[in-house]
Amino acid sequence: MSKVFLALQDVDEARPIVEAIRKDNPNAEFDHQPAMIRITADQELIIKRETVSNEIGADWDPQDIQLTLISFGGHVDEDDDYFRIFWQD
Amino acid sequence: MHIDIKAKEVKPIRHTYSHIARRFGEDRPATRYQEAVLDLQPVDNFHYRPTWQPDKELYDPTRTAITMEDWYKFLDPRQFYYGNYTMARAAQQASADKNFEFVEKRNLLALVPAAAKETIVDFIVPLRHYEWGANMNNYQICAMGYGASITSAAAMHGSDRLGNAQYITRIALALSDNDPAILDTGLSDWTDKDVWQGLRKVVEDSLVVDDWFELFVAQNLAMDGIVHELFFEHLEQKLNESGAATYSMLTEFIVNWKTEASRWVDSQIAIAVEENAANAALVKGWYKKWFEAAQRAVAPLADAAFDNGSEVMANVTRTLEVRAAKVGAAA
Amino acid sequence: MANRINMRDRYKHMTRLGWETSYQPMEKVFPYDRYEGIKVNDWNEWEDPFRMTMDSYWKYQGEKEKKLYAIMDAFSQSNGHLNISDARYVNALKLFLQGVSPLEYQAHRGFARQGRHFTGEGARVACQMQSLDELRHVQTQVHGMSQYNKFFDGFHEFPWWHDRVWYLSVPKSFFDDANSAGPFEFMVAIGFSFEYVLTNLLFVPFMSGAAYNGDMSTVTFGFSAQSDEARHMTLGLQAMQFMLEQHEDNVPIVQRWIDKWLWRGYKVLSLVSAMMDYMLPESPMSWKEAWEMYFEENGGALFNDLARYGITVPSYAEICAKEKDHLSHQVWGILYNHTAAAAMHTWVPDDAKMNWLSEKYPDTFDKYYRPRFEYWRDQEEAGNRYYSQTLPLVCQTCQIPMGFTEIEDPTLVAYRTTEYSGDKYHFCSDPCMKIFTDEPEKFCQAWMPPQQIFQGNCGGEGLPAVLEHYKFNLGADNMDYAGSPDETNWNKWKGLDGAGDGQVKAS
Repeated sequence: MSKVFLALQDVDEARPIVEAIRKDNPNAEFDHQPAMIRITADQELIIKRETVSNEIGADWDPQDIQLTLISFGGHVDEDDDYFRIFWQD
Repeated sequence: MHIDIKAKEVKPIRHTYSHIARRFGEDRPATRYQEAVLDLQPVDNFHYRPTWQPDKELYDPTRTAITMEDWYKFLDPRQFYYGNYTMARAAQQASADKNFEFVEKRNLLALVPAAAKETIVDFIVPLRHYEWGANMNNYQICAMGYGASITSAAAMHGSDRLGNAQYITRIALALSDNDPAILDTGLSDWTDKDVWQGLRKVVEDSLVVDDWFELFVAQNLAMDGIVHELFFEHLEQKLNESGAATYSMLTEFIVNWKTEASRWVDSQIAIAVEENAANAALVKGWYKKWFEAAQRAVAPLADAAFDNGSEVMANVTRTLEVRAAKVGAAA
Repeated sequence: MANRINMRDRYKHMTRLGWETSYQPMEKVFPYDRYEGIKVNDWNEWEDPFRMTMDSYWKYQGEKEKKLYAIMDAFSQSNGHLNISDARYVNALKLFLQGVSPLEYQAHRGFARQGRHFTGEGARVACQMQSLDELRHVQTQVHGMSQYNKFFDGFHEFPWWHDRVWYLSVPKSFFDDANSAGPFEFMVAIGFSFEYVLTNLLFVPFMSGAAYNGDMSTVTFGFSAQSDEARHMTLGLQAMQFMLEQHEDNVPIVQRWIDKWLWRGYKVLSLVSAMMDYMLPESPMSWKEAWEMYFEENGGALFNDLARYGITVPSYAEICAKEKDHLSHQVWGILYNHTAAAAMHTWVPDDAKMNWLSEKYPDTFDKYYRPRFEYWRDQEEAGNRYYSQTLPLVCQTCQIPMGFTEIEDPTLVAYRTTEYSGDKYHFCSDPCMKIFTDEPEKFCQAWMPPQQIFQGNCGGEGLPAVLEHYKFNLGADNMDYAGSPDETNWNKWKGLDGAGDGQVKAS
């Protein structure tokens, strides 16, 4: 099984996203590196609009990921309600 | 942490990059705009000929017939580099967004009289495709042009045109209650309806122009000078007068953009013309050719959109002729 | 109340703006996307990677730029360059501005060309946004380093140097190669191989390294740029998949391009390996670790995914796997020897650094490289700092001086040669030679710095004439860090020169 990853800037806006990932992806691993957080998981990682919105107490648009995302490995699937990284195998 | 620095001790050893200091003739601080564009494009010692155009270098001043002693004379009066460009557009789009929200929330378009709506559908919605042609032409200028100052501004201008096409799309969808059939009609009008064929032909002819500065004159001065003047000044006014003031809230971005962008367009043409007599002759020839073609192509649209079409057209061309004379493009 | 419209449909309406031209033939309107032999049945099958319209593009990018320039302003107002770990670190930035930023510019123009010339509208819109992003990257880098340029040497002639100086032919020829190729090859070269597979190796560990060394300006523009990269990576992968799905005849063409471009990119990144392992005074991660994480692990996952199309990992992955223990040390050796003709400083790593390298490269550093560095240090101490006075033979493909060794014998420099049209050509490795023999008519055109110098095209004969042509400030832009104005100034600013005045006190 292949691992997907996401790297986010270690900034305040990223914290609720990281929390939401923790909640929705029980198998995700978090690695804190200088100025960034690298998150890996088997096969898939999902960020849900609803979970992040609950974290920040306001509506969160998945496109807002643009502001903190540094890099990723996998295919991107973006929709109104989620942002997902996955491998197909 | 407390930092105690004696300012005089941490003095800069130079104030800007040397290629910029050479242009200034002295080492003094440069603006962000100057550092962002001057001499950025490679000029010498290219490794391989482009397989897509083997008779030219990758960056080649001979992709236009005009000549410049220094291609960085083409500076942008707005001094746009990416940062201040996106920040300016972000503010404009925020205001446009507010307008759309205001209109959509209160369903204000329902108050627009049916005849005015029909005018928008018939004469504005197909312009999505005109803007798309303008987008392609400006990216062509960026791709094939010479010197980072004019080419970077052309990329921004090209993206602005995509933005315009998208604002027109939003207007159409707002009018149709999100029924995309309105866009299909716009497209079939553009490709098949007689009245649009002249303009579509001019656009398609421009898409195969080889000389990028000819393309600049054709698209940004001659064609836009007629099309935007007709549809986003005169027709805008007519729609306003016929009770479609709400519509003007939605075109605010495009209308303001036109004023801002013309300043750049005009200055670039004036710079080319002032450079030498051969340039001036070329620009005049190109302008005449494309002005006449655009005028012929747009006249039937003016006739269809206005009761006094030829009078309106005369106004439109007069405005453009004054502008063209000012920048040295008119004969 | 208005009918709802979902993001996918909305984006389609916002970008499908083209039409089948009839007053001019489509082949004339889009003349460049057929000659490479890639077969496209239906451009409508193009899947948009990110669904970003211009208004949201401006919104997000304007927001990012606002933050970035606020930090840059604060950085220059507070003389932020004084907070870095050591002035040697700045040499990594010099190499970046000379070698990488001009590539961002080239990418801006290349994507503008594809953004005009792909027949498919979805591909065009995505390429146009990337073109603008790349303009952003070069400009924010020039602005970010503007502050460093005011206080350090080695930055001030970066465009001039990029067009001329020998080691900058490595990145320049790489991008000239991509830009002179057709649009589909360009997408595999830059969109896929570089952006998707290799760019993490450039930006992520390097920028993390900048943070580690106190350079908040660089880390900010680096990560801010990298946030655009996420879109670019998606575009690269989508372009690849599109080609592979459109026609099975495309598969071998794409495979050949992947093989070519991962190697071309790998060679360019060998400069980054030296930056990471040697120029960063404090290294958060070794080149080898970064290679394992970003190429072997992530790249491996990617190739597993692509296996369903019949795409395989390039055969030279073996070479890279063995070379990761040697690459940065060999490149640093080349730069050290040729620093007289380079617009940066080099130095022998100190004991702490060598110990770190031993720990990170337990199988090779002490055995092959530490003795070399210790010998150079002895020579320096005896007043014999060695500077090569001639330019080395460079590889016809990657243009790096011959200095890489045989995989089976790290003491033997690898040489390959072939003939084409009656002339002899030299290579550093089998993959570089293979790239040449696949396209000899292209690679024989390369502008080779040593040959150009011998032919008198770079200012005249001998090193002094060439360096004058390069517009180097002698002894300031080039040579060892020890004794450089950079070192003198740094010591003065930091109060390390024994003079009390101008001391920076941290308390």
